[in-house]
Amino acid sequence: MLYREAGDYKTSYEADSQTFPIAFDRYRYWFVLAVAFLVLPFLVNDYVVNALLLPFLIYSIAAIGLNILTGYTGQVSLGTGGFMAVGAYACYKLMTAFPDVNILIHVLLAGGITAIVGTLFGLPSLRIKGFYLAVATLAAQFFLVWLFNKVAWFYNYSASGQISAPERFVFGVAVTGPNTPAWASYLVCLVFVTFCALIARNLTRGALGRQWMAIRDMDIAAEIIGVNPLKAKLTAFAVSSFFVGISGALFFAVYLGAVEVGEAFGINKSFLVLFMIIIGGLGSIFGAFAGAAFLVTLPVFLKLIGVDLLGWPTDLVAHLQLVVVGLLIMFFLVKEPHGLAQLWRVAKEKLRLWPFPH
Amino acid sequence: MSEVQTGYVTEDGRQIGDVMLDLRAITLRFGGVEAIKNISFDIREGEIRAIIGPNGAGKSSMLNVISGFYVPQEGEVWFHGKKRPPVKPFQVARQGIARTFQNIALFEGMSVLDNIMTGRLNYTKSGMLAQAIWKGKAEREETENRERVERVIDFLEIQAIRKTPVGRLPYGLKKRVELARALAAEPKLLLLDEPMAGMNVEEKEDMSRFILDVNDEFGTTIALIEHDMGVVMDLSDRVVVMDYGKKIGDGTPDEVRNNQDVIDAYLGVAHDE
Amino acid sequence: MPADFYYGIEVVLNGLMAGVMYALVALGFVLIFKASGIFNFAQGVMALFAALTLVGIMEGQVPFAHLINATFGTEIHHFGWHVPALLAILLTVGVMVIFAWAVQRFLFRHLVGQEPIILFMATIGLAYFLEGVGDLMWGSNIKTLALGLPQGGARWIEDATAGLGGDDFYGFFIDKLDLVATLVAIVLVAGLIAFSQYTKHGRAMRAVADDHQAALSVGISLNFIWILVWSLAGFVALVAGVMWGAKSGVQFSLSLIALKALPVLMLGGFTSIPGAIVGGLIIGVGEKLFEFLVGPMVGGATENWFAYVLALLFLVFRPQGLFGEKIIERV
Repeated sequence: MLYREAGDYKTSYEADSQTFPIAFDRYRYWFVLAVAFLVLPFLVNDYVVNALLLPFLIYSIAAIGLNILTGYTGQVSLGTGGFMAVGAYACYKLMTAFPDVNILIHVLLAGGITAIVGTLFGLPSLRIKGFYLAVATLAAQFFLVWLFNKVAWFYNYSASGQISAPERFVFGVAVTGPNTPAWASYLVCLVFVTFCALIARNLTRGALGRQWMAIRDMDIAAEIIGVNPLKAKLTAFAVSSFFVGISGALFFAVYLGAVEVGEAFGINKSFLVLFMIIIGGLGSIFGAFAGAAFLVTLPVFLKLIGVDLLGWPTDLVAHLQLVVVGLLIMFFLVKEPHGLAQLWRVAKEKLRLWPFPH
Repeated sequence: MSEVQTGYVTEDGRQIGDVMLDLRAITLRFGGVEAIKNISFDIREGEIRAIIGPNGAGKSSMLNVISGFYVPQEGEVWFHGKKRPPVKPFQVARQGIARTFQNIALFEGMSVLDNIMTGRLNYTKSGMLAQAIWKGKAEREETENRERVERVIDFLEIQAIRKTPVGRLPYGLKKRVELARALAAEPKLLLLDEPMAGMNVEEKEDMSRFILDVNDEFGTTIALIEHDMGVVMDLSDRVVVMDYGKKIGDGTPDEVRNNQDVIDAYLGVAHDE
Repeated sequence: MPADFYYGIEVVLNGLMAGVMYALVALGFVLIFKASGIFNFAQGVMALFAALTLVGIMEGQVPFAHLINATFGTEIHHFGWHVPALLAILLTVGVMVIFAWAVQRFLFRHLVGQEPIILFMATIGLAYFLEGVGDLMWGSNIKTLALGLPQGGARWIEDATAGLGGDDFYGFFIDKLDLVATLVAIVLVAGLIAFSQYTKHGRAMRAVADDHQAALSVGISLNFIWILVWSLAGFVALVAGVMWGAKSGVQFSLSLIALKALPVLMLGGFTSIPGAIVGGLIIGVGEKLFEFLVGPMVGGATENWFAYVLALLFLVFRPQGLFGEKIIERV
């Protein structure tokens, strides 16, 4: 009886449709938030933040975004890297054009700009379905990366073709640039993750989320019962790109500090985020976190075992990593198409009955 | 409309109203195949109207025309006395026409409750931002929709499976959930495409009772396609008979039963075509 | 005629040659998609893997040498022999057949009846896996493929066309390798068509492509057909890999041509072999011409995206592709 829902009665429909209907989940959620905001900032060091926490948080936002489009609305996108680049470059242009405006607002605006671009590239989804659309999103991926590479205005005509984030402050503490303390960059990303996850959760449990899922499960029937496919798909593209844009902006400004578009936001980034939601669980916010955590820690873990423990050369471990990731993707699609999130649900079911499973 | 419409009184004493939906000379082609040939009939307010005919007669295509999924090459659809311009299916749904499907079209990835809640989409007015914050109007709407949906759930006696994923339900219950989703939209006109296909006698009785109750309690106009003649004759007020895309009969169950063309079609007299 | 016009023609000719290469990869996609409805994203990596394997076998490399050395502290790299090209090709075909069997046995047998998009994502996983295995087996350094295929510009074409566009025009430059690739592609397509039209297994293959259940009911083994189709696709991948590998070295970027084959398919339709060829030619000519005419104005490298954007625009107006059938949606 470690985990229970018996006796947890609901007396109103509001209570029944809240984010965590089971009291135990609710407590755990507040506990995790409290630790993340109040305890971790005092414990973390540079290595943990840069190798694990920042990529985890930032990829979580991207994965939530892609999950809304792919997991909830059923529109597979291979353009995530391109849209992250839009967020990054929008953020860079805003930061350099309006140095006095708060960086947090720039990041949000970068998300907004990405949402507009994403909606634009989402227009073909009204006529193209399934993997035709997946291939069509490659157009966004390659075109956007090319654009940021070739049009010098986007990188302010810098000689290297790179963009690098100038130093910006929040409450007097540097959050971008070389003098940023680890805990500050961590907290900025955490704030955005919390914000994005809450919005995503609210949207997916409400009317809009049902429209998305209806389109995903059976688009023709959805339209006949009154879902406007244009609106449903385009809002999914917009919301998804908003999140992806924010993650791109953070990835550039807070995490890397300087990026070259082809390297940071190439097609492999699109696949990485897609893999996160497959492994984590399609159509689940928790899955986005789980998948991001898994694929961020996997290389660190493999390196620890392979390079540090066994003394293998790094390129060998990198190849091995490809094999492992590929195997995992196939494994999850065969055994558990709903990913880690489903494993977690099954574990909870078992816990609920434990120790009397019959 | 210029002509005066009058209703009639059914055998069991229900008052039937004016013409709600009027189909005029509908012709529908797929490439060279004429699925529907120049068919006209009407559906009156409060009526239970059946469309029958052998397989491939064009019945489902007819429903698809009504719900805007197929656009007929010729003919007009009049709804509530107005000629309907070319519309998208979701706009038809918003005018108050809901339906079920011959091969169940539920959203398999969602729970029963969420499936039925999709029926309320046309009553959701709050914008994306409001929903993102989940406060005020969005939350009120959600709760109100939920109350309506719970009423439908009670009515169809599916309380126990509320939170079950639809994919796990047996066939008969799926059919019922699909009906619930259509009812949640509080339609003026309900289209049922073979609501009893593949059911056993008991399930058919249940479903017949629900259909009669819906018509009786909510005054919903119903058009249904069904193969079980017993059910059709018992339930419906008027029957349209189709064969090879043509209308071969139209009238009360008794009239249709005695129509020579209908008897020929069902007993298989040689066609001249 | 102005020289620019002839330069334009040269661009078109080279585009056609590049298109043949795209078509070769697209062909493998079509084979698998027709028979099993699987959109095989791994086709490009299969080409890379096949080419790597061919080079490895020819040069007598020890498979997984890198891994073995790292694990046991040994220093083995080569068996010390060289395998003749023809035998190596046969052995590589054998490897691809084993691969086809394994894919069927361990992956797609467990995914029967899944949605196409799930199958698609599974092949993305397969692509990663195969790429990793290829690197582990043969190493990730760039390899040259020495099959003795002719290389360099075809002099006789150059000589015959020199001076067409004025004294400064040196004649059309066409790589001999491209000519060979075109010939090979023609032979390959003819062979495939002959196979599917005139042999028992070919007919069974077409039956499966038409209707799985009906094919099952007349006693065709789906499993066998799928392995056959994947083997054929593996063979096509080998041919494509050899051609591309001979042109620009066997390296990772080879697997990226698979991405280029995707817009080809979107133009040509996923189920049409002529479509794959015509689509390949259109994309090849289109991107070369676009780069020639518009590229200089926008900073070049438009080949990176032109194909996708063209396919995207095309699809918006004709979602079923050039040769695909119009889909009537039903409820």
